[in-house]
Amino acid sequence: MNDEKNTQFKDLVIAEKKFQSRLIIGTGKYADFETMQKTHDLAGSEMVTVAVRRIELDRSKEDSILNFIDMNRYTLLPNTAGCYSVKETVMTCQLAREAGLGNFVKVEVIGDEKTLFPDNEATLEASKILVKDGFHVLPYCIDDVVLCKKLEDVGCSAVMPLAAPIGSGLGIRNPFNIKLIQEAVSIPVIIDAGVGTASDAARCMELGVDGILMNTAIAGAKDPLKMAEAMKLGVESGRLAYEAGRIPKKLYASASSPLDGLIDI
Amino acid sequence: MILNINGKDCEAKSSQNLEELILELKINAPHFAVALNYQVIPKSQYKSTTLKEGDKIEIVHAVGGGI
Repeated sequence: MNDEKNTQFKDLVIAEKKFQSRLIIGTGKYADFETMQKTHDLAGSEMVTVAVRRIELDRSKEDSILNFIDMNRYTLLPNTAGCYSVKETVMTCQLAREAGLGNFVKVEVIGDEKTLFPDNEATLEASKILVKDGFHVLPYCIDDVVLCKKLEDVGCSAVMPLAAPIGSGLGIRNPFNIKLIQEAVSIPVIIDAGVGTASDAARCMELGVDGILMNTAIAGAKDPLKMAEAMKLGVESGRLAYEAGRIPKKLYASASSPLDGLIDI
Repeated sequence: MILNINGKDCEAKSSQNLEELILELKINAPHFAVALNYQVIPKSQYKSTTLKEGDKIEIVHAVGGGI
């Protein structure tokens, strides 16, 4: 039963690498690199996602985002944002590795423009190829138990089911599916996409998942610095609550004071 | 020779191999990678990778984002 898996380790462990923080953060939509850097610090994250894009040839002297991400402090998680095919996805990961961005990759192959839901078939195929090529694959996927088990079977280092559409801020649409996934796989379950505020983050962690990846909820907040702190606390409190073991839900009241010692009038 | 670099046709004035091209383009990103005709080329092979007319080159680096 996966409850044992989750409480055994204090740290989040992905592909044998330990992380104290269970909050993975993104780099998109920030006003500037300085704000992004401060936000990462306040969130207490240890893993940061980046996209891979063509260099602007006539501006190649401009600041690189990596000048604002301390690679001794943060593990990079290059993603395949913008890829719609297996071939593009695999090549993007190989380029990321050759660029020195490491072996961890977030596979995201989009299947629908409106919802940005993943193309799950292509995700599975790309993940299989990339695992064989030596990558630690963290696939963004739909919240389906069967798919997550297949992703685990092909050797992914974690599964990253969405809570709700990217950037929607809806929170967890289907906590039952998330819980089923958490119970079904032995690799870490990291909720990716759809979280809106700190209570959503806490709710995710209370379900027993291993971590959360978010970008818009923080970068798009009115005060990203404050929201980074809120999310850090939300993730920590949700995890603590999960480890503490909540009381069961009951239909009727359960008195908390003893019946002995009541006055008799 | 004319090369297709990051989707645009460009004239490489003097470069004969990838290493020379990177210098000619003044690429100075801390971490970047190159694909030539849909193959990722390891940095160790830049010097030995000769270029020819019409080659398709992608030069990429890390940026903020992720859909």
